[in-house]
Parts: sequence; C-alpha cells; structure tokens
Amino acid sequence: MSPVLRLLVQRISLGLLLLFFVSVLIFAGTIVLPGDVAQSILGQSATPEALANLRRDMGLNDPPVQRYFAWLGGVVQGDLGTSLTSGQDIASAMGSRLGNTLFLAFWAAMISVPLAIFLGLLAVRYRDRWPDKLISGVTLASISVPEFLVAYVVMFFLGVQFRLLNPTAVGFRPDADVFTKLESIALPVLVLTLVILAHMMRMTRAAILNVMQSAYIETAELKGLTMFKIIWRHAFPNSIAPVVNVVMLNLAYLVVGVVVIEVVFVYPGMGQYLVDHVSKRDVPVVQACGLVFAAVYIGLNLVADIVSILTNPRLRHPK
Amino acid sequence: MKDYLDYLKVSAAMGRISRRDFMGRAAAVGVTAAAANTMLAEAVHAAGPQKGGIMRLGLQGGSTTDSLDPALATNQVALMAIRLWGESLTELADDGSIAGKVAESFSASADAKTWTFKIREGITFSNGKSVTAEDVVATIERHSDEDAKSGALGLLRDITNVSADGDSVVVELNSANADLPYMLADYHLAIQPNGGKDAPDAAIGTGPYIIKEAEMGVRIIAEKNPDFWGDMGHAAEIEVLVINDNTARVAALQSGQVDMIDRVPPRTADLINRAPGITVRTSSGPGHYVFIMHCDTEPFANNDVRMALKYGINRQEMVDKILHGYGSVGNDTPINASYPLYTEMEQREYDPDKAAFHMKKSGYEGSILLRTSDNSFPGAPDAAALFQQSCAGAGITVEIKREPNDGYWSEVWNAQPFCTSYWGGRPTQDQMYTTAYLSTADWNDTRFNNETFDQLLMAARAELDTAKRKQMYADMGMIVRDEGGLICPMFNDFLDATTDRVAGWVDGVAGQPLMNAYAPFRMWVAA
Repeated sequence: MSPVLRLLVQRISLGLLLLFFVSVLIFAGTIVLPGDVAQSILGQSATPEALANLRRDMGLNDPPVQRYFAWLGGVVQGDLGTSLTSGQDIASAMGSRLGNTLFLAFWAAMISVPLAIFLGLLAVRYRDRWPDKLISGVTLASISVPEFLVAYVVMFFLGVQFRLLNPTAVGFRPDADVFTKLESIALPVLVLTLVILAHMMRMTRAAILNVMQSAYIETAELKGLTMFKIIWRHAFPNSIAPVVNVVMLNLAYLVVGVVVIEVVFVYPGMGQYLVDHVSKRDVPVVQACGLVFAAVYIGLNLVADIVSILTNPRLRHPK
Repeated sequence: MKDYLDYLKVSAAMGRISRRDFMGRAAAVGVTAAAANTMLAEAVHAAGPQKGGIMRLGLQGGSTTDSLDPALATNQVALMAIRLWGESLTELADDGSIAGKVAESFSASADAKTWTFKIREGITFSNGKSVTAEDVVATIERHSDEDAKSGALGLLRDITNVSADGDSVVVELNSANADLPYMLADYHLAIQPNGGKDAPDAAIGTGPYIIKEAEMGVRIIAEKNPDFWGDMGHAAEIEVLVINDNTARVAALQSGQVDMIDRVPPRTADLINRAPGITVRTSSGPGHYVFIMHCDTEPFANNDVRMALKYGINRQEMVDKILHGYGSVGNDTPINASYPLYTEMEQREYDPDKAAFHMKKSGYEGSILLRTSDNSFPGAPDAAALFQQSCAGAGITVEIKREPNDGYWSEVWNAQPFCTSYWGGRPTQDQMYTTAYLSTADWNDTRFNNETFDQLLMAARAELDTAKRKQMYADMGMIVRDEGGLICPMFNDFLDATTDRVAGWVDGVAGQPLMNAYAPFRMWVAA
C-alpha cells in the first residue's frame, strides 16, 4: 500500500472514530441541559397531564443509554430518525437546509477565497508600502468588529437607507430562480466575505513572505524575473500548504459557524434549524446536525492534510 | 381644482392610477406631499376594501419545530397559521364581547350548565365537505381527551359530555360556567373535519385562506379560500414570514419586503413611526409583566413582607423606562380595563414609608432574593434593577440573581419563591383567575390559597346576572391586590407596524396583537 493511501485510510478511520465521540458528547450535552423536549414544546402552558402524555409518546421515559444506542443503531443503517417536535423526517428536512447553507457557503467562498489570495499576493508585492498597509488595515478592522454588527450596519445602509439590496433574505425561496436567490443572499455573502477575508489574506501574506527569505527566491531575483512572477511561480506553490489549511478552516466556518448571520438575515440554513431544535431539546435533530457539522469539519481538515502532503515532496516520500 | 383632486383620489383609491402618479399629479396642482399622502390615505380608506394582491407579514415567534396541528400551537406564528385556515366556534368581537363564528348562535340553560351551539348553515371545509355538528363534537373531544397534548386541555376539563343534536351541539358541564362561549373561542379549538382525529396537521378548516406551502419556522404561503363564507380576506395571497430578529424585522418593513410586522421594540417605536410610509399601531391588552412571590414560602408567607414589596415598587417609573410609555400601570391584580366586567379600584402608589412600615411589622430583616432572566419579559433584568433601587429607598435590600434564559420556565418560574415573569392574559376574568389564582390551579404561580376567593370564583362563574357578577369580580380583585403574591407593575401594549401599502387598520380591537391576529384578513392591499 502506498504511503499516501495508507495515510488516507488512517485519517478517514480516525475521522469516523471522532464522529462517534462527537455524537456521544452531543447526546450527553443535551441530557445535562435543564428541561426536556416535552417541557420545551408545551412551554409556559404545560400541564402535568399533557407533559406526561407527551413524554410517554416520545419515549422519553426510557433510560438515556438505551435511547442513545437505539439512535446509533438507526444512524449506521442510514436512518436519522424523525424530529420529536414536528414529526418530520430529519434527513429530508435537514437536506434542504444543508443545501441552502452550502449554497450560501459556496458563493461566499467563490468570492472570498480568490479575493483573499489575490490581496495576499498584492500585499507581498507592495510589502510595507501603502497598499499592504491599506489591505491589512481594512481586513483586520472588518474581522475585529462582531459579525452581527457588520450585518446590521450593511443592512441599514445598503438595505434601508439606499435600498440597493434586500435587507433580509426572506425572498430566498426554494422555487425562486437563481438570480432572485443570488440577489437575496447578496448581503449575507458580503458580510461573510468581510468576516473571513482577513484570516486568509494574512496567512497567504505570511506564508509567502516566509518563502521569500529562501535562497532560490534570491536566485530567481538574480535571474531578473519580475517580482510578481517570482511570487506567483516560485513562492506561492511552496506556500500552498499553510494557505490551504487556513482556507479549509474558513470554509468549515462558512458551513458550521454562520448561525448568527443566518439568524440576522433570516436565511433558512442549518444554523437556524439547529438553534431551534437545541432550544426545544429535540435530541435526534441536534444529533443529526452535530454529525453533519462534525463531518464537514473533519472532512475539510482531511482535505487540507492531503493537499499539504501532495504539495510537499518531503511528506509524499517519507524516509 | 377640487373636482380634479377628487377625481384623482377616486382613481388612485380604485387602483386606476398608481400612488406615484397620484402624488405627482397632486403636486402639479400645488398640493404638498404630506397633504397628498393624507388625502390618499383617506380616499383609500373611504373607497373600502380592494380585492387581490399579495400581503406579506413579518412575525416573531415561529420556529422550525412548530407543527400545523392546532393543538400544539404555542406562538404568534402558529396562531396566525390557524387564523389562516381555521375558525373556532366563537370569536371575540372588537369590543371584547363574544360572537358566533362557526356557531351561528348559542344559548345557555338557566343554570348555565348546559350550552347549545347552533352550527352556521351552509359553510364548508376547504376540502369541500360541509361542516356538521359531529365535526364540532369530535373537535372538542380531541382537545379534551386526557391523551391529547392540546394547549386547550386545561380549559375543557369541566366538560362532561358533548353531543350532536341535528345542526346543534350540546355541551354539558360539571359545574355552571357563564363564560363557556369565551373558552371555545380559544384558537387551539379550530373546527376540523372529524375533529382532526384523522389528520391533525392537515390544516383543513373553514378559514378565509387555504395553506399552499408551509415551511415551519421560515414561511407559510396561503391563497384565498374561494368558498369562505365571511366578508374577510381581501388579499389574493398571504405570505407569513418568520423574522425573529428585531432589527431584521424592522428593516424588512422599512424596505418594503413586508407590509406588516408585530412586536415592534418599544425602545425604537418612536423612531420607526417617524419613518416615511410606516405607522406604528399600539393597542392595549390584557398582557402584563409580573414579579411573583410564593404565598406559602418564607419570608413571603408573611403578608406584611408582600405588602412591603408591593409598596416598594415604582409602577410609573417601570412604564416609562421599561415600556418606554407603551403601556399602563398595574395595580397588583392581573385584571385591567381590557376585561369585560372590570371595576376600577384605588391605584396603589410607590410609598417608601408604608413599605418600611410593613417590613418592620413583619419582623423580617434579611434580604430578598429576586430571580430574573432576559426572556421572563423584555427588559426584565432592568426592571429588577429598578425594583432594587426603589426598595432601597424604603430600606429593603433586594438581591438580584440573573438566571439563564434556557430552562427558565421549567426551573425557575413556578418553582422558585420570587421571580419575574409575564402573562399574556385571557379573554375573561374567570379564565385568568382560574388559570393562575385558584388554589388548585396548575399554574398557581403565586401559591395563592384563599378560600373566600375560591368560593367567589365558583359563584361568579355560575352567575348569569351581570351586575352581581361584576361585584363579585371587584371583591376578588381586592383580595388578590391586598393578600395575593402578585406584584403587577405594568400592562404592556401590543406594538405592531404597517406600511401604507396596506389599509383598513381598526384601532382598539380586543384580544391578540395585530387586531386579534385578523389584521391580514380585515386589511387590504391598497397600492
């Protein structure tokens, strides 16, 4: 077995093990939280009879360990179960939400990743001169402000004052055409881009600058290559590994960390779906969302690892 | 010129020329924009309802976990969903009295133990089937079944038998109840084919709209029910959007993405009202914010401690600072002028001397622990801090413990001896007192146990003579006010807002926010 393949198998099985631990942790977490799903559904209007009826119907009287393994048994057979609160099939309900989240993440990534890398290259090219300082200043400022505040500010100016774009994503409907969809997610994409730009840009800049100290860059300079060509052809390929790492980290954030943005812009993604069910203690849905989020996170990190190995001959052919 | 303007007004109101055209042409003959706007609004209102168009609502409270089963409805969006497709037997009239809905008329036996509801003739469910007395019986049965999870279960406990008699439904009660028609107006009790026993969440009823698409916690789209019997429902389509974030909801209204919203934050209501094309609508209701003490737990078991705290609260300050003026002062009873049979009583004021006097008399010297959380009512932690300060003025030490929102209703409310909370109110005094002040009530969150009060409540419920009933409720109010564990500093107004794209708002409608949640059906799309 080639070392790369062995590594892949190793990483994937580790990932699966991690997923298992994550599911145990989430389950334990929802058990520890005060109140249960029956109480949350009925809220202030809970009567003892209604509570008892609901608990019995939902099987909440079984011991937690038994409930966990019943759930796990379903999952390994591909059955995520049904929601305790709405009775909907989790896989189909979550599927459309996940699709929406990926749609938003895709467009945010399409804009922010190339932009961050380009700005990073630009910052290196004009290191310590005004373009570098401007790019660093603006992106650092936008990452330092809390994302909901950025969201409110752009919503107020672009949405309400100047009416350039829709302030909320309520126009986002599954049956809408792609242009309507893009129009309704314009502001969320803008905010997400502002939030993740700095991290990726700074990492690109630092990684390339690190490589720029090497002897072969000096050689390239002595050959008389232009500065940008040196960066693009010689420095960038050698700094791909750290850049891919940080890009993957941010992509994962775009999928699992955008709860606040989704709530503020009323976007029907996974984050909102998860939050609603956590507050109702709907354990099967929380478990399923947790698994998907964990899988996305682990999967993207796996990709980052593999890419760094493939781009680095020393890791590709270990002694 | 007057003729010309009149002609323009009518044209605009009928939708023959656009709003923009009207403003332009009016300006051309020298009318200011503000005056033209008023003129148009009047003309549109005078022209009467217009049919058609899409009305879009931005509401707070919906969640992905909601269900279309009316028994499980707990929030404002679920209520609006039921209003779209369904109707109860009865409904509140604008002045808070009770009127028939699916029931055309109703009457009680002399002892108020047997009620007969005559079903409206010729109305059909949206699946085409006509409404029978059996459907109504099945609906009441489903919600009063002990196995049901209905939010209306508590209301229906006294019903011993429900039967169909031709086109009438006969309801027999365990004990007399003059308010039964009010109870059956509860929104959970929307009449469904065979009571919804076959398909509780099918959303088939007799309401003005038919649900076309429902994605819980995101949006509900409904189109006009062509066979609806009443004169409501002017828009061809209604879109209910769940917008839980306050800022986003207001922004959606300001940019015209929605036509009406509920729960305008009191803090910014004035600013929003000043925005062009937007009107904030306030209506007073039975909802109130409370500080509740357990009458059976020390130190609150001592009535002097309770009185000291009642005198130690500054009610006007709370209305001004917590509600920003959008509300009225409470008087330590859960009842205000929005209830039928209300009797005004002397207003209790902030009085540090009396508070100190009662505290001294009680002999209690420690501090008082008050639990609060953000979700117990908007601004509750701030209100607790104000209470702490006003009590300090009387030499009473109040300690505030901030509890997490999560689990507040299960761990703190109705469990800890002193905390902040809210009540949405009920349509009648009987229901409010039965829900939370009767000694045996499940939600007796003040652990109030007063025999005289309980007897009066039962007597008033059975009394069909209005004057006698009113006196009984006045006496009960005095008992709660002077002996109860309730500190009620304020009644909160409902704050809704509409754009001038829709017309037909009526002020002062009793019940829930947004004209008892009928605004989308009674209003129409004007521009």
